Amino acid sequence: MATHHSRSAARLMMAPAVVLLLGWMLVPLTMTLYFSFKKYLPLRGGDLGWVGFDNYVRFVSSSAFWPSVLTTLTIVGGVLVITVVFGVLLAILLNQPMWGQGFVRILVIAPFFVMPTVSALVWKNMFMDPNYGLLAHLWEFFGAQPVEWLSQASLQSIVMIVSWQWLPFATLILLTAIQSLDSEQLEAAEMDGAPALMRFAFITLPHLGRAIAVVLLIQTIFLLSIFAEIFVTTGGAFGTKTLTYLIFQRVLESQNVGLGSAGGVYAIILANIVAIFLMRIVGKNLDK
Amino acid sequence: MARAVSQRRKILFTVAAWSVGVLIFFPILWTILTSFKTEAQAIADPPIFLGFDWTLENYSAVLERSNYGRFLWNSIIIAGGSTLLGILVAVPAAWSMAFVPSKRTKDILLWMLSTKMLPAVGVLYPIYLLCIHLGVLDSKIALVFILMLINLPIIVWMLYTYFKEIPSEILEAARMDGATLKEELLYVLTPMAIPGIASTILLNVILAWNEAFWTLNLTAAKAAPLTAFIASYSSPEGLFYAKLSAASTMAIAPILILGWFSQKQLVSGLTFGAVK
Repeated sequence: MATHHSRSAARLMMAPAVVLLLGWMLVPLTMTLYFSFKKYLPLRGGDLGWVGFDNYVRFVSSSAFWPSVLTTLTIVGGVLVITVVFGVLLAILLNQPMWGQGFVRILVIAPFFVMPTVSALVWKNMFMDPNYGLLAHLWEFFGAQPVEWLSQASLQSIVMIVSWQWLPFATLILLTAIQSLDSEQLEAAEMDGAPALMRFAFITLPHLGRAIAVVLLIQTIFLLSIFAEIFVTTGGAFGTKTLTYLIFQRVLESQNVGLGSAGGVYAIILANIVAIFLMRIVGKNLDK
Repeated sequence: MARAVSQRRKILFTVAAWSVGVLIFFPILWTILTSFKTEAQAIADPPIFLGFDWTLENYSAVLERSNYGRFLWNSIIIAGGSTLLGILVAVPAAWSMAFVPSKRTKDILLWMLSTKMLPAVGVLYPIYLLCIHLGVLDSKIALVFILMLINLPIIVWMLYTYFKEIPSEILEAARMDGATLKEELLYVLTPMAIPGIASTILLNVILAWNEAFWTLNLTAAKAAPLTAFIASYSSPEGLFYAKLSAASTMAIAPILILGWFSQKQLVSGLTFGAVK
């Protein structure tokens, strides 16, 4: 029974949020677009005029570009595979009958609440340090040469740190999805003699499909822009420079704003491609 | 017979799940333990697990030497301020979308979500420049606003999801009983909305507390919160494991506790209602 009056009141109530988000989106975006077509070096001459698509071409043809794309894909892909595979296994394990389930859940979810700078530094110093880290002690215990994790196996180390942070998220969402699975269906399949692996492949996994898709998409959005984990561990050295980090260096460290802005536009396009898929799933859910 | 088997299975699952749980939690546990060691014991070879002289000296050293209180205060203001401001803006919006939906409500919700997808690094320089021009670089007020804006879509979505679940029959019944709009809002809707608002606040305090892109890039000495304080330990002279652990433990403890309370809301909040 929405009257004309209440409709305009509703619009008024929505206005602040809409205006703020519109401004937050449009103002910086327009500025990034504007800078991306300029030669702009704040510390070396300032605004040096329009250069067309020069920055876009130079950003892509710089020697750092393709390695950074590869690094980004390796980190995002590696973390996604690890978190989803182990997330599914963990969710199934946590869904079994056991004592102290609530407490185990608390232990498993904990890394998600640790601020990125803390988890990166704790892993870097107390676990991956080649002299004093726990992993070095473990390697020595087995008579192996300790690994200089963040320089010799830098990408794998970052993937490990970030996976540790995001595994709880994947597990929690997949566990929520598993708990909504109709257990009668599984029991019926068991009675009919379907082995556990078949029950998993034909009942559990299809049921988890949508939750896995949501995990993949949301994590991709966040993982594309991980920053602190690289900032405090390697500072972009040893082949850990992601697209996000490369743009950060262009913009703030070398203050080549035009070039960095062109990179920013690429990052925005990349994120939007992922976002479109996520929005479809979320949008479908709204209609229900 | 069947009982014995299921009992054995239960023991097996309990052992497996606890082992995995402890393994995942171990880095946090190790950090907490190390924070109570002396610096020498923290790097002892072989590592000491429990048999060390428990001491609080690292905590007092961190508190005395590093202005820890100011970083903590900045974190509280930035996380708390951005969340409260976000709630103030989002409650009316989510309210009107849930109770007076129009054809465009869905589009507006999805559009709000899409602003969350904007990669921060893509707008880093413009925001940096705007902060300089407005004279708010390295100020708490800038971060309160920025974190409010990046989390606003999540706040609106969470509140919308909660408000949607309030049955509209209750409103109609109140109206039939002659309740005015003000009474309806104050005595019927608000009490029902409070749990949803509370869990939204909780989740957003957590997200803002841990945010580590804008807080690292837009602050220096004055407005730096705990994320930036911890990052300062990455320099070589900061390689004091026990003190790093004490500082880390203090930085994550409040959020760990809040987080454990909010784990249920986390799922629907972070998946925008796509998984409940």
